[in-house]
Amino acid sequence: MAAPAGAPLVNATRFRQAHEADWERLEYIVTRMEKRSIRSLDDDDLLALPNLYRTTLSSLSVARDTSLDRALVTYLERLCTRAYFQIYGVQTPAWRQLTRFFARGWPDAVQSLWRETLFCVAITFGAALLAFVLIRSDPSWFYSIIPEGLSDGRDPSASAEFLRSTLYAKDQGWLGTFATFLFTHNSQIAIFAFALGFAFAVPTVLLILYNGLMLGAFYAVFAAKGLGSNVIGWLMIHGTTEIFAICIAGAAGMRIGIAIAFPGRSSRADAAVAAGRIAAIAMAGTVIMLAVAGLLEGVGRQTVNNDGLRMLIGSAALIAWLAYFYAWPARRRVGRE
Amino acid sequence: MRLELASAGSRAAAFLIDMVLMTVVLIAVTLGLIYLFSSLNKVGGANNVGQFLAILWLLGFFVLRNGWFSLFEMGSRGATPGKRLLGIRVVARDGARLTGAAVIARNAMREIEVFLPLSFLGAQVGEGTADTFLTIFALLWSGIFLFFPLLNRDRLRVGDLVAGTWVVQTEKAGLSEDLVGSAHRSRRTFSPAALNLYGIYELQTLEEVIRNDNPEAIATVARTIRGKVGLSDEGDDYAFLSDYYAALCAHLEAQLMVGRRRDSKFTQ
Repeated sequence: MAAPAGAPLVNATRFRQAHEADWERLEYIVTRMEKRSIRSLDDDDLLALPNLYRTTLSSLSVARDTSLDRALVTYLERLCTRAYFQIYGVQTPAWRQLTRFFARGWPDAVQSLWRETLFCVAITFGAALLAFVLIRSDPSWFYSIIPEGLSDGRDPSASAEFLRSTLYAKDQGWLGTFATFLFTHNSQIAIFAFALGFAFAVPTVLLILYNGLMLGAFYAVFAAKGLGSNVIGWLMIHGTTEIFAICIAGAAGMRIGIAIAFPGRSSRADAAVAAGRIAAIAMAGTVIMLAVAGLLEGVGRQTVNNDGLRMLIGSAALIAWLAYFYAWPARRRVGRE
Repeated sequence: MRLELASAGSRAAAFLIDMVLMTVVLIAVTLGLIYLFSSLNKVGGANNVGQFLAILWLLGFFVLRNGWFSLFEMGSRGATPGKRLLGIRVVARDGARLTGAAVIARNAMREIEVFLPLSFLGAQVGEGTADTFLTIFALLWSGIFLFFPLLNRDRLRVGDLVAGTWVVQTEKAGLSEDLVGSAHRSRRTFSPAALNLYGIYELQTLEEVIRNDNPEAIATVARTIRGKVGLSDEGDDYAFLSDYYAALCAHLEAQLMVGRRRDSKFTQ
């Protein structure tokens, strides 16, 4: 019983012959969309796209059940995946993502992290107080808190004149570079604080704790020489923004660590994803805050040498951030309901 | 719809390509800035120019290190140059749009996966203080994160886990030739016993052998099948295999139509 030549022997062949044209047209359209954009399609292709996609999808499910031709199933699977990404995976335009970030995403994310943020602020000041008390009772503590390279001579043995001279800059060169360096360096630390949260938040908390210890140690050195209010002005002009930003970055890291350690009712993976996305938005925001802090520190502090004015700028920045994060979204939420 | 996950190998290769590209860009930009500085230096105002270029370099380095992956993956292709070369892309696990937040989260995690142990080790080696213990620790640390994708079903990196993303294949596959329909000549026929030898799995393996068209593999497979069916060797292995494939395909398909699916030669 020799099979007749020419007539299709198996269904797969008939199936191919019936639908091949549709598949190929869809492939052509999808390739154009991938190469250029949806705007390069003419009206006919645009109208045909949804139908072609659905036809090909049903071809795929038929092929999976009835076709023994594996290459055909693979082809349809890949074509459908590519079409799916072109039809449903469209990105929101960049400018709209940006406006949404500033209008809603950022303040909302920071607001939802308020507990963790408060905790980080508390650790920072608690650690600062601890370092202050320790160094007051025994100045040698200073050397175990601050690494040698960082203190730059600003240690308990320094004279009051020297300490005063470090607070008020004379040198006006390279301000911009200094500000940029501070910004990139601090942002890197903020990203670290975020990423380290994955290890059940422990390293993040340690990082914040250490930051607070350093703050308290330096304050203790200056306060012992009667320069307490001067150093507060020196710190405040950028510190309100910078410390706040570091606390938010720490809070973002903690949110992830807590979600993984205590997922609650949702699964561990779901909890991590929900926490991760909010935390990422907040962390991206802290990079912007640190850019502002870098400008205030690198340029503002070097040009403004008056303590009162420094404190005023620092407080104004803090009030502005607080209003932006905590007051604004709440009001809008009421308006929407 | 079933998505095909990217293999660990292609992801590692994509990452290495990206790292090489980043290094090349960094070196090129640095050399460019140095050249610019030295040529502008002759004109004068070196301090301001130097400051401006230093700012440019610092910002450029920051954006390169933290933005290379994020900015490319936020684009409509969802892939860095390395990923594009390998035909893979990032998508959201829940099938929704890939958001900027997810991309930032998955790439900020690289900081602890790669850059932390690297820069830690680099700094210590630079100061000549890296001892054996530290080196082992750094290697162990990155090792855990490096092999993380191999330890779970979805090949998720730590960043993917936190961001709710995964990396999938987007390779194109052309519509292949129809093996059965293409033969326009009378075929060999096979006895029912010969057709009852194999199931769908063997059929698809045979399909692969025929499509790959490797003479050695075809000769081996043809010899095995002839031996089992009890036919003598009459040359032309390729034609024999495609005839057998067509006959087996038709036979299994007919069985399928009446509700008897035979997945492999071991199922009855």
